[in-house]
Parts: sequence; structure tokens; C-alpha cells
Amino acid sequence: MIEDDKGPGGNRFRTASGGRIDRSQPVRFTFDGRAYQGYAGDTLASALLANGVHLVGRSFKYHRPRGIVAAGPEEPNALVTVRRDWRRTTPNLRATEVEIHDGLDAVSQNRFPSLRFDFGALNDRLSPLFPAGFYYKTFMGPERFGRGASGAWARIYEPVIRRMAGLGRAPVDGDTDSYASRHAHCDVLVVGAGPAGLAAALAAAEGGARVMLADEQAEAGGSLLGAPDVMIGGEPAADWREGALARLMSFETVTVLTRTTVFGAYPDHLFGLVERLTDHLPDQGRGVPRERLWQVRARHVVLATGALERPLVFPGNDRPGVMLAGAAATYLHRYGVLVGTRSVVVTTTDSGYRIAADLAEHGVRIEAIADLRGRAGEAAEAAARAAGIPIHGGVSVLGTGGRLRVSSIRLALRDGRRERLEADSVLMSGGRSPTLHLFSQLRGRLVWDARHHAFLAQDPLGGVSLAGAATGLVEAPVDDAFESGTAAGVQALAALGMSGVGTVALGASMQSLPPADSVVPVAPVARHLEAASFIDFQNDVTAKDLRLAAQEGFRSIEHIKRYTTTGMATDQGKTSNVNALSHVSGVLGRPVGDIGHTTFRAPYTPVTFGALAAECRGTLFDPVRLTPIDPAARERGAIFEAVGPWQRARYFPKPGETMHQAVARECLAVRTSVGVFDASTLGKIEVVGPDAATFLDRMYVNAIASLPVGRSRYAILLNEAGFVIDDGIVSRLSDVRFHVTTTTTGAARVLAHMEDYLQTEFPELRCWLTSVTEQWAVVAVQGPRARAVLAPLVEDVDLAPDVLVHMAQTEGRVLGVPARVFRVSFTGELGYEINVPAGYGRAVWSALLSAAERVGGTAYGTEAMHVLRAEKGYIIVGQDSDGTLTPRDLGLPVGERKADFVGKRSLSRSDMLVTDRPQLVGLETEDGRVVLEEGAQITRDSAPAVGTHAVGHVTSAYHSAVLGRSIALAVIEGGRAHLGETFHVPMPSGVIRVKVVSPAFYDPKGGRLHG
Amino acid sequence: MKFSFGTLLKEALSGHRGWPRQWREPEPKPAYDVVIVGAGGHGLATAYYLAKEHGIRNVAVLEKGWLGGGNTGRNTTIIRSNYLCEESEALYEHAMKLWEGLAIELNYNVMYSPRGVMMLAHNEHDVRIFKRHVHANRLAGIDNEWLDPAEAKGFCPILNIDSRLRHPVLGAALQRRGGVARHDAVAWGYARGADALGVDIIQGCEVTGIRRAPSGEVTGVETSRGFIGAGKIGVVAAGHTSVIMAMAGVRMPLESFPLQALVSEPVKPVMPCVVMSNTIHAYMSQSDKGELVIGAGTDAYVSYSQTGGLHVTRHTIEAIAELFPVTRRLRMLRSWGGIVDVTPDRSPIIGRTPVPGLYVNCGWGTGGFKATPGSGHVFAATLARDEPHPIAAPFTLDRFVTGRLIDEAAAAAVSH
Repeated sequence: MIEDDKGPGGNRFRTASGGRIDRSQPVRFTFDGRAYQGYAGDTLASALLANGVHLVGRSFKYHRPRGIVAAGPEEPNALVTVRRDWRRTTPNLRATEVEIHDGLDAVSQNRFPSLRFDFGALNDRLSPLFPAGFYYKTFMGPERFGRGASGAWARIYEPVIRRMAGLGRAPVDGDTDSYASRHAHCDVLVVGAGPAGLAAALAAAEGGARVMLADEQAEAGGSLLGAPDVMIGGEPAADWREGALARLMSFETVTVLTRTTVFGAYPDHLFGLVERLTDHLPDQGRGVPRERLWQVRARHVVLATGALERPLVFPGNDRPGVMLAGAAATYLHRYGVLVGTRSVVVTTTDSGYRIAADLAEHGVRIEAIADLRGRAGEAAEAAARAAGIPIHGGVSVLGTGGRLRVSSIRLALRDGRRERLEADSVLMSGGRSPTLHLFSQLRGRLVWDARHHAFLAQDPLGGVSLAGAATGLVEAPVDDAFESGTAAGVQALAALGMSGVGTVALGASMQSLPPADSVVPVAPVARHLEAASFIDFQNDVTAKDLRLAAQEGFRSIEHIKRYTTTGMATDQGKTSNVNALSHVSGVLGRPVGDIGHTTFRAPYTPVTFGALAAECRGTLFDPVRLTPIDPAARERGAIFEAVGPWQRARYFPKPGETMHQAVARECLAVRTSVGVFDASTLGKIEVVGPDAATFLDRMYVNAIASLPVGRSRYAILLNEAGFVIDDGIVSRLSDVRFHVTTTTTGAARVLAHMEDYLQTEFPELRCWLTSVTEQWAVVAVQGPRARAVLAPLVEDVDLAPDVLVHMAQTEGRVLGVPARVFRVSFTGELGYEINVPAGYGRAVWSALLSAAERVGGTAYGTEAMHVLRAEKGYIIVGQDSDGTLTPRDLGLPVGERKADFVGKRSLSRSDMLVTDRPQLVGLETEDGRVVLEEGAQITRDSAPAVGTHAVGHVTSAYHSAVLGRSIALAVIEGGRAHLGETFHVPMPSGVIRVKVVSPAFYDPKGGRLHG
Repeated sequence: MKFSFGTLLKEALSGHRGWPRQWREPEPKPAYDVVIVGAGGHGLATAYYLAKEHGIRNVAVLEKGWLGGGNTGRNTTIIRSNYLCEESEALYEHAMKLWEGLAIELNYNVMYSPRGVMMLAHNEHDVRIFKRHVHANRLAGIDNEWLDPAEAKGFCPILNIDSRLRHPVLGAALQRRGGVARHDAVAWGYARGADALGVDIIQGCEVTGIRRAPSGEVTGVETSRGFIGAGKIGVVAAGHTSVIMAMAGVRMPLESFPLQALVSEPVKPVMPCVVMSNTIHAYMSQSDKGELVIGAGTDAYVSYSQTGGLHVTRHTIEAIAELFPVTRRLRMLRSWGGIVDVTPDRSPIIGRTPVPGLYVNCGWGTGGFKATPGSGHVFAATLARDEPHPIAAPFTLDRFVTGRLIDEAAAAAVSH
């Protein structure tokens, strides 16, 4: 198919030699379905330009034809969608950052039906109707459409606007690529591997520092990659770069990361980096991560982040073929691409002259240099004259011509004459802005520097050094960048208390910044031309929009940004922010420095969600906690439920059983025989120390200090406000040692709550808290036959009812395993909880279950546990209480005889003593077959109208097998005073009548506990 | 000038030179009847309703930075009223009703978009909690309906309801009238409306002290632009309320936390509604511009720093990518933080304080935007009449003394 080495599209704009592309490796790719050829080392942008393609996109609002403007991450226009397959489609990528590979399939966005002919361009014709903020002023009526969801905005305008907006399309299904992440520490993180960054990394590495050097580009070198003729220390830049990299690689303490963007700076010098691993390669198949997130904690950071070139603001500056002069130089030297054959350079800098001369030398016909300033530096001007380039100083641009590509430019000359020049490219040189995004994220202050017409870093910032163009050395010789990098590396070493190898004297150029390259503020655009002069290309913000915002009273730059959307596109204003500020400054007649700048936010460039999530997906999204008994329960066919981070066995169905049947069977087994239950998820805290009893006494409502060794007590934990936040069993193992249980999901919270009090309120108490949740497996054996099942299996444990009484505890062996045996019950039956070291849990559970099954017992799960405790009126904190109930509300002890405990004072607040506080009660439906819905509201009114006050709600509701009817727990205002009365539960299908009863439905006297 | 398509057309023909300032930039007067501290949505709305409904027009709104630049301009703009407590239901429903007519009331398109807010339940506890909300809201006449997972996916087709998810979707509570609005427009609309009624909005004016007479009542505020006298002072300073109130010697039951949010790059419409998951801390909608607007949880520790941790961002994105797998290849464009003021019961404080003439409206935590019109409306009434508006009456400061809390955090209490 490819007939000659230039391939389809011709590579007509490829130079005969030069650049860092590999001309021996042609690469075939498609753009909008059309086949092109480039070379290894090309970006999509450079390859398209080599083929003469400038038109690559349409703007967001007016759908204006747009071309490639830049050569790096600041590109505002050239956004494409790259498709691997239908699941792996990535919208909004910058063509200047997409490296081509064989088979790359890229398409343009935000156009219909095609890039060349786009219906959306109608917006451009109507653009006078769509100035900044137009949507705040219309689309509100007519009022007769109604309000809210039926209003005109929601029904008509918004859907249309939403369809028009947006850029590319999201993929239609989940991404099959994988992502990785790593954590790293280093002494010095160097951001940017241009000459300054390389020098800084070298200096730091030579001094023994652990160095990480990250650069967003495919290879290290930064500006050197596009500057083959530059010399560093008398050595050609390319050779110096090779040497520097080789030297860096020779250190084991140095990590060099390319294709890696340092996207954010977070508190305490944590940096977020994203490394792109495979997008530049043909499909690698599964298993190779696409990107890797690095979270790097650096002791010191060197920001060698360079500078970004600014466009110029003039009418028609957004036409394809109008681009940054520096980008044109980069395309020439790095990629061997001429962006055009006839160019006009529009400049406010001397470097514009140098680039013009450089391009002319490589065969571009420079029609003119149009300098918006009065005069240029002598050397620059002389070089351009020597190259035979016509120079016009003090001009203004009246406009450009061409539909899908620039074809001409019109100038107003200093003497008043007008001139129209034919050109296939217009190159803008508006000066460069140091890239200080990370400095700003680190809370560094930026100040406006009129000489440089840029924001510069103001104060030194602890743990941060700047190097190279980021310091404001934007047009300085590369030797200065090198020196400034070395100095930053040495500074980093000094800050870390390390010494460099030798000292680096600062060159004269480092003593003070060089005279600014006579950059002048953006030349003002004639007012009638503002509407065609673009400032934010992607969002179609014109100079006129900024003026309108100022006219309407928006004065803060943050307001102007938000009103006009300047700087809010996917490039976040990298090329537009300073121009916007300059223009606003001109309109308001206030210095730029007074207007300030908008805040720089992470990320520097957009970061893939997949990389941020990295491996935390699927089961690793939130690791599941499993008890030691879990595999045995699974073998038994248990159905599980999620409880906080845990998976708990909910019920153990026999073949053919429904959940209802299984739960009923499990409950009856516990009531009549014995049940075995995995209670390992309960939180367990060992509280040890001479003041442990005092501490727990202060924490819990219940008296703990008086608890004898060998006994346990049900205990309630309150917050400062006096509300129940957790409950559990406190057992005294010795004078100085307690075993405390918490609810399953409360474990971490309770430990933190206790530590908080211990460390901040009671630091004098000698007492230590250790979570032992994971150390003990817990098997509950509950039911009238519990003792019979357990007795043959224990050693050194006296289970006699008058020895190990209810709420007593002992240590011994169970099945030969050391165990803590607690006689406690959450079922209302005779019960034991056997704690064994976690590793024995599965074996002990299985053995106890086998023993239980021999006497008609069974395993039971959390659902039966819930029913059994509800039959007894035992609460579940978080279900029957919701953080708004006091112990008194729940019918629990209120610690009146205790001097103090956390929350006690709050219990005597006026509202805690009123009689209509919500109180825990039982409910019985008139029809015992009807099970109430948990969360249902309760009214006195039998036919409650909308707005009726709910006097309470249902907290728990089950079918009770042993009672042969439904039961429910509820909280009702003053409920205990209404026992026997009828209340109403309004449901969508009708009102259910319920009778208020005591919450203890079964064995209310509790005789079975003591069996 | 009244905003309309007609004026837009007229201005388009004359080069948009006729648009007037949306608000003035006045110098502070020596004294005002009422000084509002804080020109966020709530403060501006308060000033607007003071002028509009109570005829109190000698009002200044003082702002340290730029109006609408705090949490008003930083939040994820979720609007709903399906709260649990009857007091909260009344307050947020009052706001919802005002939202429905707000664009026309202010003649400013605040882009209130009732696209539906769906709150996901991921475990049995969540199911129980959300059903309790549904039942309570039905009794109160507030729309909120329970959806099973398939219905939830029907409402939001990109939602992943695979039962093998780590935190599967077991159902959802949907308020169809809930939605989003354009946050900046809310601040600007109220500012323009208040300004037109004579209210002075003074930006770049930091309050540094509160002056009180020997008898205790307030007499004005010290500011970076000098002393400004005030008959009454309303403090509406969100995350910095404690700092301002301390100037009058009032200690507030507030904690301030960083709360983060982020947006993706814009894409064509993919997300038709708002989805919230409290359990795994992920909130997402899509702006009219096409960005996915994503809210994260608060940091674990109190702070006045507006920089949150990367791990919080990551955790949110992990959850979003699990719930919405089509987002995994999209990219985070911008992230930011705000400071939220949180009360012990997660409900706001609106009303009088122990200092005569000093009023406070704060404690909105992570969810204040939705209340903006209602909050301003009832606070203005409270300021004007020196007695609580009936809807604001339960939200007193002294409920933390009496214990009569309005605990919306109850819904979050998880235990088994």
C-alpha cells in the first residue's frame, strides 16, 4: 500500500533529515478512519503535521475548526479519542501527547457529521447570541410551563444544551485494562528532566541522595530534545544528555521515570505521580498494567518544570495553522516536521526572531516578522535581517483568512498602511510562563513580575527548590539552566544535611535574573476586534467575553474565570491564564499583580480514574474480613451477609429450605436443644493496667470497678451527649486485666473512642488498650443442652451451674485447646461463648457443631441470632437504637449510683428527662401472620393524613417460630406508658393496627438463662 | 435590566455594550441596620430576603474574599429534601419549594435541574435505614421511593448492579424532585437581586472583631476596611463560623473538616441523575458542561486547610469506578477542597445567640448548598423579627444544652 517512503498523506512536510524520530521504523495509524504513516518517535500531532494535517478538532462552544497549537501538555485544541477496542476507548487525549504505534486508531471529537463539515458550526454564526454567561440570562421561561421538573429549563433547554456540550464520549462498558500502584520514599524528587532537572538530579545523586527523576515525556531531555545545536559546557547537548543519563543510571540510588507526570503535591511532601506504561505500544494484551500510580514521599523536591509558551491575542488567532512559534521549532528539530512552507511570525519576544531565522534556515519561507512591540533587541533583529526576513515593528494584527486552515494574515503597519500576507502558518511568540503549578499547590506564593510578564515564585519554600526556566530563566542560555539545576541539587543536599561532591559556584547569570527578554504585555486588541480574538481556545472565550464580564461587575479573577469559563477547559488555562489576566488588567486599568491569579489545583494534567483506583478494584476495593471459621461455614452451605467489613454466615439452609424455613428451624433448635454460632466478629479489646478498672468505670454506664474477678457484666457505652453508641460484655480476668467485647462494626470506633479519652482526658491513668479481635475465634454454644454438649469436651473448667454461673467466666481447655469460657447469652438460653486462639477456631467450631448435632442441635447464623435476641427484647445497637437514644429510653440501667462516666452529665439535661422521649417497646400486630417492615412509621391516628406526626418507628420485626406469630421492637414517644394500647402503622397498602407490649416477648423473667 | 431572551437578542444586535453591572462595588457606609458576615449563598440569600420580604434594605454583606467563593462555589450542588427527622424534612422541603421557582424569582437562570437523586443501599443496614426514610417521607408528603436494583439501573443505566460487587447495590431510595443547580449562578443571582434592592455587598472586607456595648449587645464589626456599625449581625461564615463567633465570646459546638470534590474531563451525556452512596463515600452527577462532578468524604481530622489528602480522592475514585465501570478510562481534571462546619447532630444551627443582636446560621456540614434558599429565607425572618421562623425554631443553638437534638447522623449509626 505504501509506495514510497513518504507513504499515504505523503509526509510532505517531513524534513530530509534530523529529528529524534526513527526513519527506519515507519508506523501506520489512522485518524478519522484515514490511513497515515509516521515514524517511531512521532506523536500523533507531529505525524499529522508531517502529513500536512492541521485541522484536528472543533471548539467546545462555537464548533470552530481548530488545529494543533502546541507540542506538549498545554495543547488546547487537538483533542482526540483513541480506540483500542469498544471497552478501551479513551476520549479527550491531546494529540501532542499521544505517541503513535502501529494500528493506532484515533478520531476527532465534538463534530457531526464530520470534522470538515460540522452542523454544530451553526453556533459560530449565532455567536453574537452566545456571549459569556448568556445561559444565566435566558432559558427560564415561559412560566406557564411550570416549575421544577416541568419547567422549561429542565424539560426543553437543558437536554439540548447537554447534548451540545461535552467533548468525547465515555466508553460504553467497563475498562479491561489493569492499573498498578507503588509507594516510594526518596530524599530528592526532581520534577522535569530537562537540562536543569538532569543537572539537579546529578548533583543530588553525586552527594549520596536517593533521587527520583520524573518527566512527562517519552524520553528525558526536555528542551534539549528539540535543540540539537545547543552546547552545554562546550559539549553538544545530545551528547551531554546521553552522558548525564548514563551517569544517573549508574547510581543504584536513582530512579528515572519517563512518561511520568507529577500531577499533584499533597500535605507533608507527598507527591502523586502517574506513569504511562503501555499506551504508546501496540496492544499488549491483558496482564500488563496500562498506568502506574506512584505515591512518593520526598524529603525535598526540585521543581525543574520549565515554562509554557503563550499565544498572542489577535483576531483570527484560532485558525488551524496558527500556532506557537516554540512548538514549530520543536516540531522541526525533534520530529523533523515543518508546520508550513510560508509562515508569518507574530511576536512580542526576541525569541520569535530567533525561531524565524531558524525556520528560514530550514527552508521555511518567512513572509514577515510582525512584531507587536515598538522595537526588538539588536542581536535578534540582526539575525533575522541576515536571514533576509522582512521585519515589521509596531504592527497590529487585523485578522487572518482561511476556512479550515489559515491562508493569510492582515496587518496594520506602524505607518498606517495595511498589508495582507499569504501564509499557510502563523507562528505566535508571546513569551513564556514558568510552570509553577506544583509550587503553588505546595502553598508557595506567586508574584507578578512585570519584567518577565509572568508570575514567578516569590518566597523560598521549605523543602522546595526551583531550577531552570521555572525560576524565570525562560529565555536564558541552556548553560544557565544547567547551572541553576546543579545549584538546586546542591541546595537540596544542604537542606537534607548532606554535602555535595565539591561545591558549585553560581555563575554570574545566577546571581540575578538576566534582563527580561523585553516581553511586553499583550498588545491591546482594538475593541471591535475583540470578539474574534480568542484567549481560551478550547472553551471559546474571547477578549470580548472578558470585557463583558468586567462590564457586568465581575472583578475578582475567580469570578471572571467562572463567568466566562476561561481557564476551565481540559488544559486548565495553561496557555490562556496569563493572557486572560493581561486583558482583564487592561480593561479594568489595574496592574495584573493586583488582580491576582486563580488557584492552581491538582492534577497538573488529567489523571485516569483507573490509575487512581489502581489495584483497588473488585475484591481488593475493600478487602473482606473473614473469620477463622468462615471456610467451615461455607462447607456447610451457609448464606452470608455483609456486616461492616465482615462476611457473616446469615443462615445455614438444608437442601430445599427457604431462608424463612431455615431461620425458623435454627431458632427452634436453640430454644429446644442447642445451637452453635460463630461470634468471632465481635470486637475484643484487652484492657490492662493498674488503673484498668478505673478507666472502664469512667467509660461505661455500668459499674465496672466493683466487678469481681471471674465475672462479666453487660455494659453500655455512651457518647458525650449521653446517647448509646455501643454495648458489649466486660469481663474481669484479674485485678488488672479485662476482656471487653464490642459490636462487630463498632470495634474500631470503640477502640478509637477509648484511646481518645485515655490519651486526652485521662492521661494519668495507667492502662493500655489492645485490640484482640483477630486473636480469638469465638464459638457461641446456646440452648438448654449447651452444658451437656460442652461438658465432655472441657478440661480445667467447672461448668457446674452454681460454679460457672450466668455472667461468670473462666479459663481452661476446650478440646485440648487453651480457652476463655464465658457464660453469657444473647439468646435468652443457657449459653457459653468459647474463645480459642484464632488458628484453632475452625476445628473447635466443627467439633462443637458435631457434638451439638448428636443431640439435635444445629449451626445458626446472624438472622436466627437477630430473631432470638428480639424475642427477648435485647437491642442491637445501631438497629434498635440509632444514636439518639439514652439508656433510659432503651429501658437499660442509667448508672444513677455512679459518680461519673462519659455521658452522665448529658443524661440530666432537660430534654433527657421529659416524659415523651422515645422509648423501646414491643409491638404485636393484630394479625400475627403480618410481619411489620423495619423502618415503618407509627402514628396514633388510624388514618393519618399527610403531615401527621409519627410518634415512633419499627426498629426490628421478625416472625417468631417459638411464639408462632410475628413480633416487633419499636421506639415510641413515651411508649412504656402506653402498654396495651393500639397504634397504627401506615403502609402504602393500608394501615396496620398494632398493640404496644413489653419488648420481652419470651421468658420475660429470664429463668432459662440460669438453667 | 430584566434578563430574557429578548434582551439577549437586543444586546446581541448592539454588541452587548448595554449590559449593566450585576452588582455594585460600594464603599462601606459607617453603619447598617443589619450586617451579614459572609457572602456565600446563604448569606446573600439572607440579605435578599431581608430586603425583599421584610423591607430591611440598609444591609451590608461583608466578604473576606470574593462572593460565592467558599463552599457555595466548591460543592457538588446536590439538592434533595428526603431527610429523616420531621424538623429537617420541613426545612429542606421549604428550600426545595423555593428552588423550584428560584430562577424566575431572581430572574437569573440558576439551572435547577430536578433530575432525581438516588441514594444507594449496599447492605441490610442501609436497606433498613433508607426504608425508614421512605416511610417517614411518605407520611410527610415528601417524594421518596424505594427501588430494587433493576429499577435503580433503569434510572441510571451506567450503574453497576452486579451482585458480586464487594458492596453490591441492594436497592436505592430515589427522590425524583431532587437534583442539582449551578452553584455560581445561585450566589450571583442572589447577589444581583439583593444589590438591586439596595443591599451593599462588600467584597475583600475581612471581619476582624465584633464590638459590643457595655450592656452586651453588638454595635458593629471591626473589619480590614475599618469599623462598620450594625444594629444586628448575622454570621453566615460556614467553616470559619467558630472563628467569627469567638470574636463575640461565643463558643460554638462545631468542628471544621476539609471536604474534597473533583471533576472529570467533559464527556457527552452519560449520567442522567445524581447517585449518592454514603456507605462507600461516592457522589456523582454530570454537569451541563459534561464534567462528572464527584464528591468525596471528609478527611478524618479537623483542619482549616483546604488541602485534603490524596488517599481521600483515591478512595472516592475507587468507589466511583466500581459503581460506574465506564468511568475507569475517564480522567480527573481538577480537584479541590472546602472547609465544612459540622455540628454534633449533623443539623444546622439557625437563630439567636446568647449575645443580643448577634445571630448565627451555620453547621450545615457537607450538605448546605441544597438548603440555600430556605436557609436564607428563614434566617432573614429570624433576624427581622428577632424570633425564630417556625421552621427554624427547632434548630437553636441551645439544643445542645437541652439535648433536644435533630440527629440526621442517626442514619449513619452502624452497628450489629
